[in-house]
Amino acid sequence: MSGYTRAEVCAVACADLFADDGEILASPMGTMPMIGARLARLTSNPDLLLSDGEAYLLADTPPLGGAAPLEGWLPYGKVFDVVAAGTRHVVMGANQVDRYGNQNISCLGPHERPTRMMFGARGAPGNTVNHRTSYWVAKHAPRVFVEAVDFASGVGYDRASGAAARFHDVHRVVTNLAVLDFATSDHAMRIASVHPGVSVEDVQSATGFSLAVPDDVATTREPTDEELKLLREVLDPKDIRSKEVPNG
Amino acid sequence: MRDKTTSLADAVAVLEDGMTIGIGGWGSRRKPMALVEAILATPVRDLTIVSFGGPDVGMLCAAGKVREVVFGFVSLDSIPYDPNFARARQAGELAVRELDEGMVVAGLRAAAQRLPFLPIRAGLGSDVMTYYPGLRTVRSPYADGEELVAMPALDLDVAFVHLNRADAHGNACYLGPDPYFDDLFCLAARHRVLSCERIVPTAELVGSAPPQALLLNRMMVDAVVEAPGGAGFTSCVPDYGRDETAQRAYAETAAS
Repeated sequence: MSGYTRAEVCAVACADLFADDGEILASPMGTMPMIGARLARLTSNPDLLLSDGEAYLLADTPPLGGAAPLEGWLPYGKVFDVVAAGTRHVVMGANQVDRYGNQNISCLGPHERPTRMMFGARGAPGNTVNHRTSYWVAKHAPRVFVEAVDFASGVGYDRASGAAARFHDVHRVVTNLAVLDFATSDHAMRIASVHPGVSVEDVQSATGFSLAVPDDVATTREPTDEELKLLREVLDPKDIRSKEVPNG
Repeated sequence: MRDKTTSLADAVAVLEDGMTIGIGGWGSRRKPMALVEAILATPVRDLTIVSFGGPDVGMLCAAGKVREVVFGFVSLDSIPYDPNFARARQAGELAVRELDEGMVVAGLRAAAQRLPFLPIRAGLGSDVMTYYPGLRTVRSPYADGEELVAMPALDLDVAFVHLNRADAHGNACYLGPDPYFDDLFCLAARHRVLSCERIVPTAELVGSAPPQALLLNRMMVDAVVEAPGGAGFTSCVPDYGRDETAQRAYAETAAS
């Protein structure tokens, strides 16, 4: 790989999640989704609303860890209103995710006595049945991409029926190796694109279930010069992105 | 108007074994930590805790005060998980009702409005439904016929909240950017305990913040405790931010 890093490919793939979202709230959880949302606002989707992670909306697009002037107020109570109204795209992490996009951030092992307690269901059940949801996985591995999640915090396609299906929209999963989506007849996870330098076999062997593979697998697009400049000089000059995804 | 000021110890003396208590704040933000520590000093046990959980939940669990936790998450924000809560869960010591955090809001709102439940879409299809066998759905009586979660009211025996300023009668305001759900906790509870950074005369209280920040009025509060630093080590901006050093020490002690 020359000219750009794997982390930069991931940042651009995260930015592309928001490209068609229009004037809605981006809620990126974690470093790479946050870089992606900010990059999207500076490129493909200037209408995107960004929060400071506390209670304010940002009028400007600051670097990671930086401050910006404000344009609005959005305390937690109003965030729940936005969730219910559906004008939001959340990108969450996933300790586990399965082929239908069920996601676990709650606990590992039996629920009555977990082997590892994590956050709890958090807002994942409500997010996934109310508005578009994507996932970011920094280290694509079989222990994350599992046959069945121990606890379905986020709702996948096979569990979304009736009122849960009405606004259900699990969009994509971006990882350090690939972009995955659910554009198959039964909404089973599919390889949408592999990152430059990654093979379909690399992705499949890092996945604990069989992925749908199109006849002609695309390569995740390379960052443009403008995007690289924004990433390196404006949004993440300290290169925090490479700590999350080392160049491989 | 009544003077509702009291001490931390007297404020928590209303607790009885087996009560359901609500704790305000969010994660590691504006938690009524002085009141939590006062609870630790009582012999009360078998509590059910409703909280947007932070170290309040972890400390009460570590002290063996808790029978059940009703939660969407327990997190220290800058440290993802609370080690005391994780340990209690991993030891199988706790009963839990694990909910979507929006369901917690709906349950508190139902209690506040004296309704048996409120419908909500959150929860459908998730394992929140699997591990809460008493949770029911309700079908819309209108043409859409949607089947939604009937989130039951989270009726509280006692609510504990911490705000920046209050008067002796129980009027109070927050000065930071987020009210969290402290008003709902008070409305959902039979008995409401407020601690604050500073008790000031009513005129000064009203002058200290925009009117929209006067979150609690005196019919929502039964006891007022002046507890400077009473949210520490969690944040209580603008009076103080989170004491990350103290929080790290808490997490390290808990994890060891």
